[in-house]
Amino acid sequence: MDLVIATVSQGMLWALLAIGVYLTFRVLDIADLTVEGSFPLGAATAATMLVAGVHPLMAILGACLTGMLAGVVTGFLCTKLKIPALLAGILTMIALYSVNLRIMGKANLPLLQQDTVFTIWQVGGLDKSMTTLVIGTVIVLVVALLNYWFFGTELGTAVRATGFNPHMIRANGINTDNMIVLGLLLSNGLVAISGALVAQSNGFADVGMGVGTIVIGLASVIIGEVLFGTRSFKNCLISVILGSIVYRAVIAIVLQMGMPPNDLKLFTAILVALALSLPLLQARWNKFRKGVH
Amino acid sequence: MLHIDNISKTFNPGTITEKLALHNVSLHLAPGDFVTVIGGNGAGKSTLMNSIAGTYPVDAGSITIAGTDITKWPEHKRAKYIGRVFQDPMMGTAAGMMIEENLAIAERRGLTPTLRWSSSADGREHFRRLLKGLNLGLEDRLESKVGLLSGGQRQALTLLMATMAQPKLLLLDEHTAALDPKTAEKVLALTEKIVAQQKLTTLMITHNMRDALKYGNRLIMMYEGHILFDIDSEKKKTLGIKDLLEMFEQAAGSELSSDSLLLS
Repeated sequence: MDLVIATVSQGMLWALLAIGVYLTFRVLDIADLTVEGSFPLGAATAATMLVAGVHPLMAILGACLTGMLAGVVTGFLCTKLKIPALLAGILTMIALYSVNLRIMGKANLPLLQQDTVFTIWQVGGLDKSMTTLVIGTVIVLVVALLNYWFFGTELGTAVRATGFNPHMIRANGINTDNMIVLGLLLSNGLVAISGALVAQSNGFADVGMGVGTIVIGLASVIIGEVLFGTRSFKNCLISVILGSIVYRAVIAIVLQMGMPPNDLKLFTAILVALALSLPLLQARWNKFRKGVH
Repeated sequence: MLHIDNISKTFNPGTITEKLALHNVSLHLAPGDFVTVIGGNGAGKSTLMNSIAGTYPVDAGSITIAGTDITKWPEHKRAKYIGRVFQDPMMGTAAGMMIEENLAIAERRGLTPTLRWSSSADGREHFRRLLKGLNLGLEDRLESKVGLLSGGQRQALTLLMATMAQPKLLLLDEHTAALDPKTAEKVLALTEKIVAQQKLTTLMITHNMRDALKYGNRLIMMYEGHILFDIDSEKKKTLGIKDLLEMFEQAAGSELSSDSLLLS
């Protein structure tokens, strides 16, 4: 039971990363590697603010703002300076490694005595893991609702249309460059919040905690889409959140079965590679079967 | 309504693939003019269209719409005045979005998007009425994704989207070339109806000389980056395809393979 609660609450904390990756990878149709830097950026910002005695909610807000700034930098590189989006993300990610070290002043910042968003409220005498679950769920629900609202507005619709068909949306008077910057801003803001939450849950921020986050995000997005559907934007949002939880469950199960934790990243990469190639493999398989009969 | 003065455009200047696409082209459209544009491949028809729409900047000359000089405006800003339908049925709509969402975007063409919710009951009622005018049964499919529609349905929808916010200028870039003949005819009839209803100033490229003669009140033929001749309404009514070909030979001083116009 404890393991289930821990798994679901971890899934919730990482769900914001998954939503962020969904916004770039699916909505904008850009593979944005900035997340590998903005996730630890959020953690570093929040941890540093907490150590300085700032209220945990303000620390999360601060993390969100720095993440948004990182997204704007990538957006500037790829729209105004015409650097390919993939490379623009890599440049920001690498730059953020130094920035994160600067923010924390060292590679690892423990949160030992500090209040975190998971300790300031005693929710009806619940234990630590239950509190994490409740607060994590509330935050994810609030963020999901805000996303649902925003992407239903005229502005949000324009961002989504930019990803689907930039020609069409330009012909309708929208500056696609601005929409791409806005999308990257929102995405990395969410990813940074996720980093801030994970740091507070783990009790430390580490400069290396961003490694592989893009793959974790992609895994959550794809698992969610395959299992829970993609009928509408609302459906996609829910799928991605559930995908993040399922991903954590898969990880928990393979660890229970005795896989060494060091192999986790290899396992996740293979999982994502398989999931991404699934449509192609399916088509080949159907063709092969038809060929036999 | 549209004043094009001496515009020129060269692609890849200074390289071996250098191509003079437009050479000192001038064209004036009065309000309500419906001009059809014909010409072989590489004549500059699409370059003319894209220069007006702002897909790329011109090297020289000026473009004015309704008294406003838009020569230096980026593509998205020009959309305030211009409605467009492309040759490729995939280009004019967002396939992954619902018909309703596409229409909501088009309804606010050229306006700054706000944080108002883009879908409303009033809006849906309005969209249903407009879609009914297309006679394609789309009024009951507001929540269908556009990707599920056929090419003809998508072009009809794009035409509706391009005209629903009353453009000063309607640009049709061979918008029926990718459709089968029967569907193309339907979309052209619809085009004529909408243009007449709204008295739209329209520029329509076509590969089909019969369509070029049948529709519109003016016809221009382009050749090697310039306008070869410009035929007004009275004269246009008396012409046939044969006459057009003869006029071309006289003006261009070379023989035109009618195949390159009709089939390519």
